[in-house]
Amino acid sequence: MRLLAALSGGVDSAVAAALAVEAGHDVTGVHLALSQAPATLRTGSRGCCSKEDAHDARRVADVLEMPFYVWDLADRFRADVIDDFVAEYAAGRTPNPCLRCNEKIKFAAVLDRALALGFDAVVTGHHARLSDGVLRRSVDLAKDQSYVLAVLTPEQLAGTVLPLGGLTKDEVRAHAAARGLAVADKPDSSDVCFIADGDTAGFLRERLGAQPGPVVDALTGAVVGRHDGAYAYTVGQRRGLALSVPAADGRPRYVLSVEPVSRTVTVGPGSALDVTTVRADRPLWLDERPLPLACSVQLRAHGAVHECVVEADGDGWRLELATPARGVAPGQAAVLYDSDRVLASATLA
Amino acid sequence: MLPEAVDTVTAALRDALSAAGNASSLHSAGRRARRVVEESREQLAAALGARPSEVVFTGSGTESDNLAVKGIWWARRAADPRRRRILASAVEHHAVLDAVEWLVAHEGAVVQWLEVDGEGRVHPAVLEAALARDPSDVALVTVMWANNEVGTLQPVRALADLAHEHDVPFHTDAVQAVGQVPVDVAASGVDALTLAGHKLGGPLGVGALVLGRDVACVPLLHGGGQERDVRSGTLDAPAVAGLATAAALAVVRQEELHARLSGLRDDLVRRVREAVPEAVLNGPADGRDRLPGNAHFSFPGCEGDSLLLLLDARGVEVSTGSACSAGVARPSHVLLAMGAAEDDARSSLRFSLGHTSTAADVDALLEVLPAAVERARRAAVR
Repeated sequence: MRLLAALSGGVDSAVAAALAVEAGHDVTGVHLALSQAPATLRTGSRGCCSKEDAHDARRVADVLEMPFYVWDLADRFRADVIDDFVAEYAAGRTPNPCLRCNEKIKFAAVLDRALALGFDAVVTGHHARLSDGVLRRSVDLAKDQSYVLAVLTPEQLAGTVLPLGGLTKDEVRAHAAARGLAVADKPDSSDVCFIADGDTAGFLRERLGAQPGPVVDALTGAVVGRHDGAYAYTVGQRRGLALSVPAADGRPRYVLSVEPVSRTVTVGPGSALDVTTVRADRPLWLDERPLPLACSVQLRAHGAVHECVVEADGDGWRLELATPARGVAPGQAAVLYDSDRVLASATLA
Repeated sequence: MLPEAVDTVTAALRDALSAAGNASSLHSAGRRARRVVEESREQLAAALGARPSEVVFTGSGTESDNLAVKGIWWARRAADPRRRRILASAVEHHAVLDAVEWLVAHEGAVVQWLEVDGEGRVHPAVLEAALARDPSDVALVTVMWANNEVGTLQPVRALADLAHEHDVPFHTDAVQAVGQVPVDVAASGVDALTLAGHKLGGPLGVGALVLGRDVACVPLLHGGGQERDVRSGTLDAPAVAGLATAAALAVVRQEELHARLSGLRDDLVRRVREAVPEAVLNGPADGRDRLPGNAHFSFPGCEGDSLLLLLDARGVEVSTGSACSAGVARPSHVLLAMGAAEDDARSSLRFSLGHTSTAADVDALLEVLPAAVERARRAAVR
């Protein structure tokens, strides 16, 4: 096959590309420039794309003796991932940008262009198993990324090759070292690639401005603090609440809900976060099963797995969980599994 | 690299390495290396219509450009603090462009970009007007001999004459020009001229600045005082010898190469237009006004980097405009300066022919180009 390997500059995509080459495919490397580039003439390092990652990706392509290109997807990334991320937070939800990037960039813009240019599929370094349209968890459960791939359509998956699903992260690093790839020891990337310092609240404040509002205790209805923007709060959050009135029972309080219109952040005891019924919209089936369906569900990246029964509820689902889930944040995905096999995904309401 | 230059470099390198291994011959080795450099200097000067004492060897064309732009600017400002203005064409190579911008950002220089016409040419009247604004504050003029992207030849003699009317030094980046078109330093009247080894069939990692004896220039590199104190540092004698050999041959063969490449290029242009009627030729319409091996087209509706990938896969090497240091394709500043819209600039490709190019290469390009354009257009509308 003619494959386009998306090389991030990290170890996973490097080994994925190497394995594709060794499997006899004709592989071309491409690095996606996603961060904002300077608008005018090059001015050295200032504000330019992730130069180091692009350099590492190019080194990998050179070692693997494959052609290499950089595709500028910064505009698409800003519109489809960053702007969406900010808008979702502003609407009181908790988006997963990696999931959105897979859905809109890697397996949409990039895959479309690859197919149009005559490639048969895109190969990436995601940790998940994919064969004959069946998506399964990686053998390395700690690194499993099937959750952020569950939003892909069967057509998108048909144009995708995932060589790493049968390997643990340690094995991936060993493969890289054995092939002389300099990225073998490169640390794993951080959570949100476009927030380099990890300060999500600061990132949002810069874009949304201060939007002060009350923090309300769910039990007493009393205002127990003020905040500069409800968007900085996520359901289940405990740290950084800065409450002026201590809880009556002296126990820690958590964010229970975020209401963007009235800018109200409601807090309460952890036990109030426990839910056994959740709703999800816009279901997307990879492996459609009749409802009601007994299966397992994951409600956030690297989150716990709950046994559940899925029932139709309008266009969406109602999920009855066998064990309570704590801190279910609207905007995250509910992904259904049959053992390690991905069945479907939907967005938590 | 020209085979003759390869022979020169390897012979000189073998000689230098065997001598360096023998401690007792260190002095004679030093003498031999010095002799290689000085003979190369004479050979290069003769090839370019310059005097040996005007040749300053450097590590690259980029270094030569930086030395000329920064060095001459510093020297002029030191002599007269009012002289801060640089007149530079808007289509310069980044080695000049970024050196100028650095002087503006860090040293208090003022830049006036000389506008070009739709074919990428600086008209003498444009320079005349820029000088006339206030001749007493101009530090230097720099305009390339031939553009690296669209191949436009500049009226160097006329521009240099205008600068000299106001006693302003004139630098030209001739990296693309030497060996392709006649380049005679004395006849051109320029005060400083940049060339690079690998562009004329010589080795990588070596260049030269031909710098008039009376042109004051502050060094970038300080140290042992080599190269008349303008460029300290031990020279790579084998590379210098390879540069001189290549330059001498390139100049001797220039006329014949020009005739052969112009013919191939004109054929390429005609056939690209036949095969892809909507393709737009960028740069001079008259082939005599551009480098003989240069053709540059926009393919409306296509991304240049899609075309690059598709042609690459079929064994045809072309290039797009410049890329940022992470490798992201940028719309070419040259095309933008010529008045192209950003989309047209992004849809453009340069086809370069050199001394190894043959009619078969042009045939091979035309065999794959129409399908590649078709496919790139489909990839762009998504």
